Amino acid sequence: MSILIDQDTKVIVQGITGRDGSFHTQSMLEYGTQVVAGVTPGRGGATANGVPVFDSVAEARAATGAGTSVIYVPAPFAADAVYEAVDAGIKFVVCITEGVPVNDMIEVYAAVERSSSRLLGPNCPGLISPGKAKVGILPGPIHKEGPVGVVSRSGTLTYQVVDYLTRADIGQSTCVGIGGDPIIGTNFLDCLEAFEADPETKAVVLIGEIGGTDEQEAARFIKSSMKTPVVGFIAGRTAPPGKRMGHAGAIISGGGGTAGEKTEALNEVGVPVAKIPSEIPDLVARALRG
Amino acid sequence: MNLHEYQAKEVFAGFGIPIVAGKVATTAEEAATLARELGGTVVVKAQVHAGGRGKAGGVKLAADPDEARQHAEAILALTIKGIPVRKVLVVPAAEIAKEYYLGVTLDRGAKRAVIIASAAGGVDIEEVAAQTPEKIHRFHLPGPTGFRAYQARAVALKIEPKPEVALKMARVLQKLVEVYWASDASLVEINPLVLTPGGEVVALDAKMVVDDNALFRQPRLAAFREDESELAAAARTMGLSFVPLKGNVGCVVNGAGLAMATMDLIKHYGGEPANFLDIGGSSNPEKVTTAMRIVMADPDVKAVLFNIFGGITRCDDVAKGILTALEELNVNVPVVVRLTGTNEDIAQRLLSQAKGVESAETMDAAVKAALAHAAGRRG
Repeated sequence: MSILIDQDTKVIVQGITGRDGSFHTQSMLEYGTQVVAGVTPGRGGATANGVPVFDSVAEARAATGAGTSVIYVPAPFAADAVYEAVDAGIKFVVCITEGVPVNDMIEVYAAVERSSSRLLGPNCPGLISPGKAKVGILPGPIHKEGPVGVVSRSGTLTYQVVDYLTRADIGQSTCVGIGGDPIIGTNFLDCLEAFEADPETKAVVLIGEIGGTDEQEAARFIKSSMKTPVVGFIAGRTAPPGKRMGHAGAIISGGGGTAGEKTEALNEVGVPVAKIPSEIPDLVARALRG
Repeated sequence: MNLHEYQAKEVFAGFGIPIVAGKVATTAEEAATLARELGGTVVVKAQVHAGGRGKAGGVKLAADPDEARQHAEAILALTIKGIPVRKVLVVPAAEIAKEYYLGVTLDRGAKRAVIIASAAGGVDIEEVAAQTPEKIHRFHLPGPTGFRAYQARAVALKIEPKPEVALKMARVLQKLVEVYWASDASLVEINPLVLTPGGEVVALDAKMVVDDNALFRQPRLAAFREDESELAAAARTMGLSFVPLKGNVGCVVNGAGLAMATMDLIKHYGGEPANFLDIGGSSNPEKVTTAMRIVMADPDVKAVLFNIFGGITRCDDVAKGILTALEELNVNVPVVVRLTGTNEDIAQRLLSQAKGVESAETMDAAVKAALAHAAGRRG
């Protein structure tokens, strides 16, 4: 099994005719994802990557019955794209776009909370259920079907960790990149909860980084609600305080959000935290043996 | 993006927040002239993007123009938290009856903006929060609209019992909340907000941090940008995230998480990274060349490490960028390259003939090789 997406997931691409949207639509189709429609206002009736294009998400949804959308539109228009998807009744909205203003996200987050939709991102690589479907920009070939769930705030670091796992012949059920921004939709807790409920996910890798307290909250959840073993990694042990390390969310402020605090919180609930990424496969193998 | 105090005050004043206006000087002589114009006692304040100015000797009272000159000279020679002071603000000294703290910032946990108010003003608010948390009052804002006047009065009354003063403070608070939303700020702060003996409520200091992601719609604020160096400007223009550090291994990585993990791995094996540098998601060869130029400008760099996991980033584009950099720049240190993912075969072929470039298969091997070079253990 897998979480959030599988071979039956029907996907609408918002911003399908853009450079990124077009490139990644092709890559998703090649991976076997059911991309059933695209949306670009003003381009309705056209075809892109062999997929019909609509002027609005509502039309695309009415025509195809898709329940998932993925957003590749530029940052100034990303918030509007999320509202449009939510209002059209899309149940799972994946926002890849990087650089969305935080104040936009405060309002988007509140709107998503009021709805019955789920948001992943923004500023995230999306997710993949190996062998079934991918929604986003993750490189397909490094993944392999298997029993390990991966949830991460980072993009390329996740690829690095997945690559180590696959080379060690450890496959993945679903890999989710939740994004590196201060305000995001789906968080560690949501993913951990879903992995816990998935009978075929036998272990979870949680990849965190400096900034905020999401990893500490994850630790509390692991203690209270999880039987599936979890292995951790935290990036940014050597980051200086007060500097934004690329991700808008990756900043150590006011003595909070350090890698040390996060590692300690995870260790306290019995989660081993790898010191370096190459240690992860061994820790996972051990967790899978029980 | 951080604003200087004088810039933040200009923004605050535009929204009707009472401030003590001053003028900016870049030389001690200018500071003396400004002090003479203002008359009376003045305060000379370092304008630098670093906290703890007061403790670092960057804020001084001057009784006359001569003293203002001396203080300005000393302050303009300071380096506060690694950043040289290039400007001072000269303001008339205010009489203070009471000091308060007012701020609005993002509460990541609550996914909302939060007002922070305290009667303990004029000191480090993080220290107040740590040692006397009962002196900190919080109020979560519903969103960009909907903060009511009565709510502002309720917050003000928590830190000032006299209604006539609290009313004035509430008006300042409402305006501060307006500044926060209208400017796409992630922090606006008045510390201290003071009550004068005459009963006026005035902002003596102003701090503002604006969301970098929103600068596209804040042209007036974007114009306040001062890059710390020509290199920082080049990095910004090319969309690179660059943070200089103190070590000798230059790093060029794609993705913030992987870039942090690379720094951590260098440290794990006993080395020190010279920088954090994330070239981001696309793979324009020009980005790579600029990255190399930024890294090579640091005289401490003894080896350069490329750690690229290709996805959207194409390894052959990165390789082309490296080759151009080798041609155009004087790269006199060894370069270790780890390229994996999209088009890595083409990239390896391109780099196979390049002098001074060593390929590594894994992230661990690449870091170890770069450290060996930096320590002079490899030719």
